Amino acid sequence: MRVNPVKRSYLALESWFNLSFGSHWNPLYHLGTLSIFLFWVVLVTGIYLFIPFKGSLEGAWQSVEWMTHEQWYAAGVMRSLHRYASDAVVLTTLLHMFREFASGRFKGFRWFSWVTGVPTLWLIITLGITGYWLVWDQLAQYVALGSARLMDALPLLSGAMTRNFVAGEMTDRFFILIEFLHLLGLPLFLVLMVWIHVKRLSGVSINPPAGLAAGTFLALLALSLAKPARSHAAADLSQMPFTLSLDWYYLNVYPLLDRWSAGQVWLLTTGVTALILFLPWLPRRRTGPAAVVDLDNCNGCGLCFNDCPFDAITVQARTDGKRYEHEVVVDPSLCAACGICAGSCPASNPFRSANRELKTGIDMPQLPVDELRRQVREAIPRLEGDSRVLVFGCEHSADKEALGAGDGHISLFCLGMLPPTLVEYALKQGADGVMLSGCREDDCFYRFGNRWTRERFRGERNPILRARADRRRILVEGGAPVDAARLKKRLEAFREELDTMVGGGSPGEEEPVGK
Amino acid sequence: MRHPVARYLLQGVNYALFAAVVWYFSVAPAVEVLAPDEGVITVAFSHAGELREPCRKLSAEELGQLAQNMQVPMECPRERSPVGVRMTLDDRVIMDTVLKAPGLYEDGGVDIFHSARVSAGDYRLDIAMSDSVRNPGVRHRLEREISVRPGQIVLVRFQPERGFLVED
Repeated sequence: MRVNPVKRSYLALESWFNLSFGSHWNPLYHLGTLSIFLFWVVLVTGIYLFIPFKGSLEGAWQSVEWMTHEQWYAAGVMRSLHRYASDAVVLTTLLHMFREFASGRFKGFRWFSWVTGVPTLWLIITLGITGYWLVWDQLAQYVALGSARLMDALPLLSGAMTRNFVAGEMTDRFFILIEFLHLLGLPLFLVLMVWIHVKRLSGVSINPPAGLAAGTFLALLALSLAKPARSHAAADLSQMPFTLSLDWYYLNVYPLLDRWSAGQVWLLTTGVTALILFLPWLPRRRTGPAAVVDLDNCNGCGLCFNDCPFDAITVQARTDGKRYEHEVVVDPSLCAACGICAGSCPASNPFRSANRELKTGIDMPQLPVDELRRQVREAIPRLEGDSRVLVFGCEHSADKEALGAGDGHISLFCLGMLPPTLVEYALKQGADGVMLSGCREDDCFYRFGNRWTRERFRGERNPILRARADRRRILVEGGAPVDAARLKKRLEAFREELDTMVGGGSPGEEEPVGK
Repeated sequence: MRHPVARYLLQGVNYALFAAVVWYFSVAPAVEVLAPDEGVITVAFSHAGELREPCRKLSAEELGQLAQNMQVPMECPRERSPVGVRMTLDDRVIMDTVLKAPGLYEDGGVDIFHSARVSAGDYRLDIAMSDSVRNPGVRHRLEREISVRPGQIVLVRFQPERGFLVED
C-alpha cells in the first residue's frame, strides 16, 4: 500500500510519540481534547486575571504591569499560563486539523466535523486577538490599528474605525466593547461551536487522559516560570514602536498589512479559509453503501446503536408488528459504512444457518457477514505452513502483500466489523491461529473499531468472544501501513508460538496474544 | 520503549520541546514596524462634502401638488459631493484620493485615514482638499514646514471651522 509523504511524515511523528507516551497517552491521539483542556486553563486563569485588571485607557497597562511584576508569583504566573495556554491551543488545534487532513479523516461522512472546525479556529484566533488589545501596550496599539484597518475594509461597515486610533480620539468605550467580546461573547460562541463540532459523534470524550493533561499543564507552568509573559511599553498613539515581539499564533496576518492592502489580506485569509472548507468535496472519497437493517433478523437489542461511532443508528418503536419492543434505523447520510454495527449484531453468528445464507439484523450490502463466512471457509483450506494463520485485516492497516499473508488474508472495512464468533468459527474450521490487524492502537480510522474488538474479546462488551475460544491462538495487533514490517514480524513470531503449542491448552482463560 | 525511566525521560524531552515551540512563536521572530530613522505621517479626519445641490424653496403650485402632511416649503437634496484630498511632502505625493460620500443616498460624511512611513527630517507639507461639485477646485489648503522625528506619528486633521491642523 502506497502512503503519501505527508501521511508518512505524520505517522513517523506519531511513532515517535508512541515510543515515549505509549498509544494511550500519545498527544497526537488527543489533540481535540487537549485543546479543550487548554481552553479550561485559559478560562480559569482568565477569570483570575479579570479581578485585578482595570479596563480603561489609563489603568489597563498599569494593572497588567502590576500583575506581572508586583504579584509575579500569583497573577504573573496566571498571566503567563493564560498566554502560553492560549498559544498552545492554536498549536494543538492546527495539529488536530493537520492530523485529520493527513490521515484522510475529513472527507465523505466526516465533512460536518471538518467544516464546523474551521469557524471554531477563527473564533479561537479572534478571541486571542481581542486579548492582546486588553493589555494596551505598543503591541495592542499595533493590533488595534491593524484590526481597525481590516474592519474598515469590509463593505458593510462605515469605515470610521481606524480614526479612533489616533491621538486624542481613543476612549474607554473600546475597552468595554473588547472586554465584552473577550470575556463573554466569544468564549460563549466558542463553547457552542465546539459542541456543534462534535455533534455528529457518539461517545465523545472531552477530557484528555489525566496524565497527559497533567504533563501538559506542568510543561506550561515551567515555561511560565522560566519565561514569564511580558508587555511592551505602554501604548502611545503619538508614537510608533520600531520593533515588536509578535505572537505568531494569533497575529500572523498583521505584518502583511505593512505590505498589502486590507482588502488583499482579507482575500488571502478568506481564500485560504474557503479552500480548507471545501477540501472535503475536492477529491470525493468513495464510501460504500450504508448499513442496512433486516427487521426479520433484528430484535431491537440496540447493540449496534451502542457501538456506532457516528450516531448513524437510532432505536425506535417497532413498526412491523413483531413482538419485540424496538427496532433500529440507519441514517444513510451519517453512516460511515465501517461495518462496526454488523460486527456488534448478535445475529451475525456464523454458527447459525450453517447450510443456508446467513442473514443478520444489520449488515453491509457490499460485504455481508455471510460473504465473510464464505471467505473464511474458502481461505482455511488454502492456508499453508505448519501453523496455519488466518489474518483479518482492516483496510487502513497493512495489506496482505505487505503482511505476507497471501490467501490467508480477509480484508475488512474496520476491525470492529468482525463478529467475535467469526474468529471462533475460523478456529473451529481448522485455522491454527487468527491474527487481527487493525489501525494503530488508540488511532482507529473509525474511532472505536480497535477498542470495541478488544472489549468484546475481553468479555467486557457484547457480543463477547466466548470463553471456549482459545485466546492463545488469537493475536490482535495494531499498525498503520508504514508499520507493515513490524506487523509481518509479529505474524511470523505468532506462527512460531503456535508451532510450539501442543494441544489446545486450557481454552478460554487466557488473554488474546498481543495484549 | 520498555524501560520506564527512559520513557519518562523521553516524555520530559517531548514536553520541553513542546514548551519551547509554544514559547518561541509566542514572541519571535520580531517584526520591524518602523526603521530606526523613520516616522509616520497620518491623515485622519471625518468630513462631509458640500451638498450636490442647494436647498430650494418650493413654489405654491408645487406645494399644492403635495399631500398636506408633506408640504415642507424647502426641498433639500441629500446627496453630497465626493471629497478629494491630495498631500505632498517636498513635492512627493504621499496621498491622492477621492472618496465618494457613503450611504445609499451618498449623504454621509467621508472618513479619511491614511498613514505613511517617511524618513525622519524636515519637510514642506502641502495638503489640499476639494469637497464641492458646485464649486470645483481646492477649497481648503495648508502649506507649512513640518519636522518628523524617528518613531513620531505626525497627525494631520481637519476641522471645518479651523481648516487643516498638524499635530507634531
